[in-house]
Amino acid sequence: MGEILVLVDHVDGVVRKTTTELLTIARRLGEPSAVFIGDGIAQAREALQRYGAAKVYVLDAPELTDYLVVPKAEALAQLMERTSPTAVLVTSGSEGKEVAARLAVKTGSGLITDAVDVQAGDDGPVTRQSVFAGSYTVQANVTTGTPIITVKPNATTPEPAEGAAVEESVTVSLSDLATSAKIVDRQPRQATGRPELTEAAIVVSGGRGTGGNFESVEALADALGGAVGASRAAVDAGWYPHAHQVGQTGKTVSPQLYVAGGISGAIQHRAGMQTSKTIVAVNKDEEAPIFELVDFGVVGDVHSVLLAAAEQIRARHT
Amino acid sequence: MKIVVCVKHVPDATANRSFLADNTVDRVGVDGVLSELDEYAVEAALQIREAGEAEVTVLTMGPEQARAAILKSLQIGADAGVHVLDDAIHGSDSIGTSLVLAKTLERTGFDVAICGMASTDGSMGVVPAMLAERLGVPQVTFASEVSVDGTTVRARRDGDAATETIEATMPLVLSVTDQANEPRYPSFKAIMAAKKKPVETLSLADIGVDAGDVGLAAAWTQVESYEARPARTAGTIVTDDGAAAEELVEFLVAGKFV
Repeated sequence: MGEILVLVDHVDGVVRKTTTELLTIARRLGEPSAVFIGDGIAQAREALQRYGAAKVYVLDAPELTDYLVVPKAEALAQLMERTSPTAVLVTSGSEGKEVAARLAVKTGSGLITDAVDVQAGDDGPVTRQSVFAGSYTVQANVTTGTPIITVKPNATTPEPAEGAAVEESVTVSLSDLATSAKIVDRQPRQATGRPELTEAAIVVSGGRGTGGNFESVEALADALGGAVGASRAAVDAGWYPHAHQVGQTGKTVSPQLYVAGGISGAIQHRAGMQTSKTIVAVNKDEEAPIFELVDFGVVGDVHSVLLAAAEQIRARHT
Repeated sequence: MKIVVCVKHVPDATANRSFLADNTVDRVGVDGVLSELDEYAVEAALQIREAGEAEVTVLTMGPEQARAAILKSLQIGADAGVHVLDDAIHGSDSIGTSLVLAKTLERTGFDVAICGMASTDGSMGVVPAMLAERLGVPQVTFASEVSVDGTTVRARRDGDAATETIEATMPLVLSVTDQANEPRYPSFKAIMAAKKKPVETLSLADIGVDAGDVGLAAAWTQVESYEARPARTAGTIVTDDGAAAEELVEFLVAGKFV
């Protein structure tokens, strides 16, 4: 079985759920090797082992994380040269996609981004992608070089399978170009105590119809243990931070349950949530296009309906 | 200073977007527009020009219709256009696209090459990084705030886990998000003036790219098939008469979300 390189997505050693999904997918394709760049391997090791990493390559030089994208791409290229993997998997996100993009050019390999499913095929991995605002599903494969695939969060359910997780420290040599775009300041995103938007099983979002008050949206999100999202209109109005924007220019989410509160459902928003398994909407305008997508819709006031629902859910728990 | 903005002509997101028999995106049989996210790139270029002295050239590749994306950019305020037009380009993937754009940028020269954060059709968001890789210059990408001081570019990047400040020196590739600025609308005067602005048309031979290195046959990825997403089955819609919250909770309980 060929080696599958999985770039670990982590914050100071806390492995993100997406990486456990990638390791699960990698096991369908071959033998997973985790590539850990930065500080915190001691903390990350257990999760990588539990989800089946046979090897863990550890790369820890300050230049790898103090400069944008390029050092990681160079490091992976050197690791590919050495290990000749049969595929490389990276989490879809702005950084992951850019690392994968440069890696593809460097190694003469085809690149597929934003896969929502990856399966083993006769001629290498076969991917599925959701395109044109989720209105089409495309099946694709890489025909040249080593398949480099970025995978969206929630593409699979992580399944534990103990791996050997044999650690190997790797030294890479970086070019002058690698240190040409310096990260001069880094402010970690403040923890909200809620699940991460793209990873959450449940997302409750608010839009223009909230009038700027997200209390009811947050209340239902908290009652359901979900993440909070926002439409572009709500973000542009300054009602909620951009990091929470769902849609074409924000995050794409594909949770088990998506609740749209006071969101009309313009194509740009649908592009970010249309593949959700179950969709609920509350909107006072019965003509709102969001109702074309819903499994359950309420024509009514977003605040009173969401607050009452949140209260009833909390009551059931006590 | 020379600024080149790379823009893309894309099928209108509100039109019926579809595919051709060769599994490529239909770019001709559907209304096209300047990719909305590229308007922020054009605006970023104009703001740099207004803060100092710069010439703004807008670059696109694609069929005859793609010229409309150049024209729109000239109306917004760019000074000149370059259109790489060649039948052999049809079906290029991101690898082929970045090759054509990089070779053209080498020919035009640039201090800053600016892109939108992604196209609104393929929406991969990888071409700026590929351009920087091919050109061997710094990449400052997904900028939600940009400032220029001499030849230094400083940008805020709202990353997946942190907000970062990035600094690099020209020449470089910059990509901007829809948070970076508020694109202006062309005035009537600007629309009239755009007609007189120069647009150069180049073939692959002009930029030194072998036709065999781009296009569908040279793509390193292949779309095997596509299918329309099945229409969602019509759901239950209730009008709130005071009991809707309870019905909603029942629905959520039945779905095991509670």
